Amino acid sequence: MPLLEFTSRGIYCAAADVYLDPWKKVAKALITHGHSDHARWGHQQYITHHDNVPIIQHRLGKIVVAGKAYGECFKVNGVTFSFHPAGHVPGSSQIRVEHRGEVWVFTGDYKLENDGISTPFEPVPCHTFITECTFGLPVFDWQNPTLVHQQINQWWAANKAAGVTSLLMGYSLGKIQRLLKHLDPCIGNIFTHGAPEKMTQVLRAQIDFPDTQLITRETNKKEIQGNMVLAPPAVMGSAWAKKLGTISTGYASGWMAFRGARRRRAVDKAFVLSDHADWKGLLQAIESTACENVITTHGYTDIFAQYLREKGWNARTEKTQYEAETPETALTE
Amino acid sequence: MKAFAQLIDALDSTNKTTQKVALLADYFRTTPRTDALWAVALLSHRRPSRPVTTTLLRQWAAEVAGLSTWLFEEAYHIVGDLAETIALLVPNTQSHSQESLAETIAALIALKNKEEPEKKAYILARWQQLSSTERFVFNKILTGGFRIGISQKLMTRALGQALELDENTLAHRLMGQWSPENTRFEDLLITPKAADQLSRPYPFYLAYAAEDDFFDKQSVTEYHIEHKWDGMRGQLIVREGQLFLWSRGEELITNKFPEFAPFAQQLPSGTVLDGEILPYPKGVIGNFNDLQKRIGRKTVGAKLLRDIPTRFMIYDLLEWEGKDYRNEPLWKRQQQLAHLFERYSEQELPWEHSNVLQFDHWDAVATERNRAPEMRSEGLMLKKRDSIYAVGRKKGAWWKWKSDPKTIDAVLTYAMRGHGRRTNLYTDYTFGLWDEGQLVTFAKAYSGLTDKEIREVDRFVKQNTLARFGPVREVTPKLVFEIAFEGIAASSRHKSGVAVRFPRILRWRHDKKIEGANSLSDLKELLP
Ligand SMILES: [Zn+2]
Ligand SMILES: [Zn+2]
Repeated sequence: MPLLEFTSRGIYCAAADVYLDPWKKVAKALITHGHSDHARWGHQQYITHHDNVPIIQHRLGKIVVAGKAYGECFKVNGVTFSFHPAGHVPGSSQIRVEHRGEVWVFTGDYKLENDGISTPFEPVPCHTFITECTFGLPVFDWQNPTLVHQQINQWWAANKAAGVTSLLMGYSLGKIQRLLKHLDPCIGNIFTHGAPEKMTQVLRAQIDFPDTQLITRETNKKEIQGNMVLAPPAVMGSAWAKKLGTISTGYASGWMAFRGARRRRAVDKAFVLSDHADWKGLLQAIESTACENVITTHGYTDIFAQYLREKGWNARTEKTQYEAETPETALTE
Repeated sequence: MKAFAQLIDALDSTNKTTQKVALLADYFRTTPRTDALWAVALLSHRRPSRPVTTTLLRQWAAEVAGLSTWLFEEAYHIVGDLAETIALLVPNTQSHSQESLAETIAALIALKNKEEPEKKAYILARWQQLSSTERFVFNKILTGGFRIGISQKLMTRALGQALELDENTLAHRLMGQWSPENTRFEDLLITPKAADQLSRPYPFYLAYAAEDDFFDKQSVTEYHIEHKWDGMRGQLIVREGQLFLWSRGEELITNKFPEFAPFAQQLPSGTVLDGEILPYPKGVIGNFNDLQKRIGRKTVGAKLLRDIPTRFMIYDLLEWEGKDYRNEPLWKRQQQLAHLFERYSEQELPWEHSNVLQFDHWDAVATERNRAPEMRSEGLMLKKRDSIYAVGRKKGAWWKWKSDPKTIDAVLTYAMRGHGRRTNLYTDYTFGLWDEGQLVTFAKAYSGLTDKEIREVDRFVKQNTLARFGPVREVTPKLVFEIAFEGIAASSRHKSGVAVRFPRILRWRHDKKIEGANSLSDLKELLP
């Protein structure tokens, strides 16, 4: 029997009787990170990295949860588990599973670049590597993120000079905080929408961020003008966004590498900034684990697995219920 | 090249029309005029002829990117645009090229007659010198189909702002078969030479489809009503003893209609007529297929001329004795036209005057519309009696009220193998309509063509395949078909947002280029 199996409830370790990022309710769940398709509601017991504990508590409410440090080994029914940095969002981990000399690693979601807020990705040697491949196509080749953050600040400064408010959109967990961390507070004030503000408050206990002001009904529109507003993508075109006055809209996502996606998104400025590994990143990660077997989960799984087979890996695809964001769904969280 | 790529980038970075116009205007003001002229040409779908096939471009790109063919094709399928796929896959290098847009295009034109290794060396070198957006723009010039969501209207408005010239004047100057290879920016747009003006057509005035509430709002007596003849819209120009016949797609088609030569001798210099070229086999209006036979031929032989003679059905008078009549009201132009027609009636010219009809009620107009099949028209045109002859498609004064079924011109995008005896032929087609510079699938249809046409389309499909998905081939968008359908409804299940009932191919529009196909918004206008 393989160490990890893909069942109807999730990725299952029979030897330990635990699940990794299960999509149906289970007794014991090991959780890689706080995104809603990986950390679902209703499990009896959660085990995750310390930094992810307040995140999933914020998202899921009252749960039974135990926190672990990166690299800290713990046993369940004789199987050894440990969490290792995935660099995806704060508190995100890869999960290492070892039993009778065999090692498997499940990545959850990951990226190789240091985003300034998440503990950077660390390769973990293993025999079998279960990897996401949201951006598993050679057309995805991320620019140095420092340059992207510069572009964002330049865009903000130009808007500010023109008296236009910058509405910058991204996921409430991870992307917004990454954007916030690299905004230049010398340009102006930073306002937030409710959802990312709450998540940012949770993360302030772990990470230093520039100050933010929550936009409420009492907030004066004049106060906002020319400043930066951070919000989830769902506000695009909403009544909430209309109240901001004259705005220039920006959206940060890996999908913005596609012209078609940029146009469909209909924002004024698209920034290619992803919390997932690009093509080269995925390949580098796989190589650095020295694994023999690769299992691709969400994303361009078939294409990526076929390429890996061509390059000599024993690669296959497994169906999961992690929602690989696509250009179409990238707006909803 | 850099400035033009920056312009494209900036245009992509805003959704506000006023800002797009401002960006374009700024580019036209600041860029050298040799570049500005090419920019105008590219944005009005005039491009240099393709120096290399897309098959070769794909091969070379896969090779430089170090990818197997299947992976390149998968990537292309997902990205959906060859120019963009190549721009994304070819590795970024640091070196920079200072070649201007005009220099780049001149090099591409020169490349056309070179041997393949030389072509390859040049294109590979350029890919590596260009930044990602520059590379995308370069590939777009190479592969054609430069559509970036800038209509000719917007471009003309921007040019007007940059040059401080009237938009309609500029629209007129941009008409016809010019190319940056044989004119200069100044000669085309600022101080056109009289000699160049001789053949230049006026921009066609195009009608919108009459909406359902139109008839409640408008008074029938204010309208001049005529049949919408089912031929080929044309503009006939006589200046200084020469005849010029233009199609709506701005092609000079004088040579295809030798029977019109007498107009040059009979009509005075400075006569411009808007009308419809109609086939008259056996002395009465024939059907559109007859005309297709004429348009399809390279040379028109004596037999064809005898079998399918054509006549020019006049709708409107645009210029008379060298004077531009377009700003006169329609009734006045019609008066003048009636005079002219009578004055030259002795000459037995191959022309007709489209009858102006008068009605008291819209109901009576509807009855007339039902006669369209017997009249061999497509329905009716409703034109305000006091309307000027405007530029392009403008709402407000001219309306078309086509007889059912509804029709739309769409571009062939995919083809699938048929069943039964046609299993070796591509007989099932998918058609797309324009939406923001992209072709969006709107219907599938598999009936309506003759066996001969099916074989022709089949050959086209096999020679113009962009990608294969099992039995389906994606083809280079090139062929335009008129698709008829019965019902139309909004639908969230369809990518186009619209579902049509019983779509079928009415005819192959050899006379149309893909730029002339309809857009999704044209289709949506037909929604009840
Ligand atoms: Zn995630
Ligand atoms: Zn995921």
